[in-house]
Amino acid sequence: MIYENTYTANTQLKVSPFFERTSKLNESQEWRRWSGYLAATSYELTHENEYFAIRTKSGLLDITPLKKYIVEGPDSQQVLDRLVTRNIGICKVGQVMYTPWCDENGKVIDDGTVQRLSENKFRITSAEPNLEWIESNSIGMNVVVKDDSFTTAALALQGPNSRAILNSISSKSLDSLKFFWMMETTFEDFPVSISRTGYTGDLGYEIWMDPNDALNVWDLLIDKGKPFGITPTGLHALDVARVEAGLILLDVDYISSRHALIESRKSSPYELGLGWAVKMKKGNFIGKQSLLKELDNKSVWSFVGIEIEWPEFEKHYRDVGLAPGLPSTAWRTSTPLYNQNEQVGYATSGTWSPILKRYIALAHIKSKYAKEGSELKFELKVEHFRKLTKATVVKTPFFDPERKRSCPT
Amino acid sequence: MPNIKKYDAIVIGGGHNGLTAAAYLGRAGKKVLVLERRHVLGGAAVTEEVFPGFKFSVCSYVVSLMKSNVMRELMLPKFGLELLPLESTMTPLENDYLLRTADSDQTYREIARHSKKDAENYMRFGPAMGQIGMAVRPILETIAPNPIQPSFSDISATKKILDHIKSLSSQQFEYLTKLMTMSSSDFLDEWFEYEPLKATMSASGIIGTFMGPRSPGSAYVMLHHYMGDIDGAFRAWGFQRGGTGAVSMAIAKSAKHFGVEIMTEASVQKVIVKNGRATGVVLDNGDEYNSNIVISGLDPKLTFLKMIDEIDLPSDFVSAIKNFRIRGSSGKVNLALDALPNFTCLPGDGHHLRGAISISPSYDHLEKAYDDAKYGNFSEAPFMDIILPSVLDPDMAPPGKHVMSCFVQYAPYDINGGWNDQKREDFGDVVINTISRYAPNIKDIILHRQVLTPADLESTFGLTEGNIFHGELTLQQLFSLRPAVKWADYTTPIKNYFQCGSGTHPGGGITGSPGEMAAKKILGTL
Repeated sequence: MIYENTYTANTQLKVSPFFERTSKLNESQEWRRWSGYLAATSYELTHENEYFAIRTKSGLLDITPLKKYIVEGPDSQQVLDRLVTRNIGICKVGQVMYTPWCDENGKVIDDGTVQRLSENKFRITSAEPNLEWIESNSIGMNVVVKDDSFTTAALALQGPNSRAILNSISSKSLDSLKFFWMMETTFEDFPVSISRTGYTGDLGYEIWMDPNDALNVWDLLIDKGKPFGITPTGLHALDVARVEAGLILLDVDYISSRHALIESRKSSPYELGLGWAVKMKKGNFIGKQSLLKELDNKSVWSFVGIEIEWPEFEKHYRDVGLAPGLPSTAWRTSTPLYNQNEQVGYATSGTWSPILKRYIALAHIKSKYAKEGSELKFELKVEHFRKLTKATVVKTPFFDPERKRSCPT
Repeated sequence: MPNIKKYDAIVIGGGHNGLTAAAYLGRAGKKVLVLERRHVLGGAAVTEEVFPGFKFSVCSYVVSLMKSNVMRELMLPKFGLELLPLESTMTPLENDYLLRTADSDQTYREIARHSKKDAENYMRFGPAMGQIGMAVRPILETIAPNPIQPSFSDISATKKILDHIKSLSSQQFEYLTKLMTMSSSDFLDEWFEYEPLKATMSASGIIGTFMGPRSPGSAYVMLHHYMGDIDGAFRAWGFQRGGTGAVSMAIAKSAKHFGVEIMTEASVQKVIVKNGRATGVVLDNGDEYNSNIVISGLDPKLTFLKMIDEIDLPSDFVSAIKNFRIRGSSGKVNLALDALPNFTCLPGDGHHLRGAISISPSYDHLEKAYDDAKYGNFSEAPFMDIILPSVLDPDMAPPGKHVMSCFVQYAPYDINGGWNDQKREDFGDVVINTISRYAPNIKDIILHRQVLTPADLESTFGLTEGNIFHGELTLQQLFSLRPAVKWADYTTPIKNYFQCGSGTHPGGGITGSPGEMAAKKILGTL
């Protein structure tokens, strides 16, 4: 007899409020751990369609595992300004800011977004738990810090058709919602906040809601989004998109200074390409003095985009009789980079970009080799043997479509 | 009245190869003008909104063979090249189906439902053909050398190819020889037993060709379709977002970026030849444009027999071009649909609608379809390669609606009694009836249908006899013989007159390759 069993499973991992739907849609049953949650790696047997949904239609991602904190009270802006490197003083109600935050030595602890929900209420998102860090830095201030991780569910809707999908559901139009701003609206009877943010470098939104409404919101999106090609999307596709967007990932591209075992594992915002997010003109903030010193002395390390040049890459494979061996998913293995015979850096994540048709990576490089156009050698394994192949320092984001920031006119 | 402006090069025809050649010449700093007869660019790689809100890749509908160096050198991704994966092939059958997907285990399981032996062999077949694709690549990427009175570069190209052939393994050599000579059915019989699998695979050996799967030589056409790779994966097919016209537009944008001028609705009547030398072109409206060289992206018949007076060409060459086989064998039916087709064998929406749908249940089905054409009729039950572009790219149709592209074979150019409106509609009906055997709801969901016969392909797109490859891909007209011996290196018997269309090496499909190699040859001689 041929058996026909069905899949039922148990888990000790946390499941998100969307799991009732995502678990049934996940045809590959490939899951990755994300902050102790089960998060879909890819919904289909291969992730290509999901990746192209992000770039040509619209990908729907469950991002509930993000850490979320509410900072509320008369001193909340002061607390956040002390905590992060961006100038929260100029963050208007309804605005969102991406920012890193540092320890006293100016080394990055985490990075995330700060949403100004009202004059005296903020939501901060992060990759790792930060409650204790926020609380210990607000002692004596008139604020209440609340862990919002399990009280707010979140979805990301990313890709060129995202706005059209939301407009077909939302009671208010999203046409005038600008990049890194947010709004309150309703999906039928369900109140949601929508921020024009994301981790793909495309036109995209993140939707924040009461976990009790999660399934209703999901169903509305899937139903109304269908004619626009909405596609449940997993982390494999996101990995590719975020490298194309040149966005860093904690524990992959850098290590939080709070648990780096040795000094050399820590990075300052300048060393992560986040110098633009350090606002020296604002008042004191954690790490400012150290960062001022680093500014004077120039950072030893830089964080750049590199492109692995195709002709030489292809030749390495042709030489052994193979077609070029492109990675089928984004990788996150530290890979040495050389100038002549000296190692001058390492790439921390990379991917073949199906939309750009370029092999790209993000890398830490000693600053004197980090200028745009600098030639490097990238270490490659071809049939178990190490080869060096040409790579060039290029501008990031690798992929930066106009639609990411533009509004319909 | 002669136009005062003088160009380094004029390209006749804004098809994808003409645009590619122009872009390469512009990139090298040349002053180039492209003249396109129609109001839209792209030739057979064109997207048109034939029915309000519904966009059709009117002729050519998928992309696989686009050369990666062309994409890179012309920066096509920057200018809008976006290839979505076409992941699966479904062959609907009377009470069952055959499905092959992007996942090899799933494909193994699906084929094993029909034949375990085939399922295993299929796992070996893909890599074997990939290696053959690799083996043939260097030949395709070489400007075809002239074996008669070879020049130094001909000799070195020949040596390079011979050295390459010597480097092949005995198995590669065996497969290659078989693929060059056998029929696709004989070749596939050596590998597989399940009829629908063999028939569907053999179908890529007949596309665009006036042959059946049992005709010797059809295996080569199959090989031609294996040589495409997308992102290094051989045999991957892609769908351009916005239709194949968007590929042409990306190349056109690249050409413009490199300073190329492009004129549409500029129909070239003749190439101006003075003392055996091309000096420019004259348009239908009498305008003249002068240039140092003229390049034709048209097929060999138009390039030589229409654009040039016979008297200016050597007589043996004229007869070679007259004998060049360019029999059209296919038609195209584009449908605007109110809903998705519902296949009896696999009802409802699903991943199977995201790939190719092949109406190829058996060799007999294909061969009988060919028999009809052999005797001057369109097939009563044609072979079809169908895709649903709107499933891959919802922007091709209004929300919730769909477009369906049906490549149909056979429809002979030389049909008994000639093509007329009635025959076109009859042909359209046969196509719909054939689909309705597998998806009975099709008749109820058609909002609009566009039927293109080989005669339409000729009159609208300038494809002589409606041949989609600018001439059949058969051994006697490949490589150093495409389109004629001595003139396979993009030169012609007329000085300063060059050719860059699919009728030159390495042939048809959206490759950019003839355009690229012609430009490189020209830049070497300019």
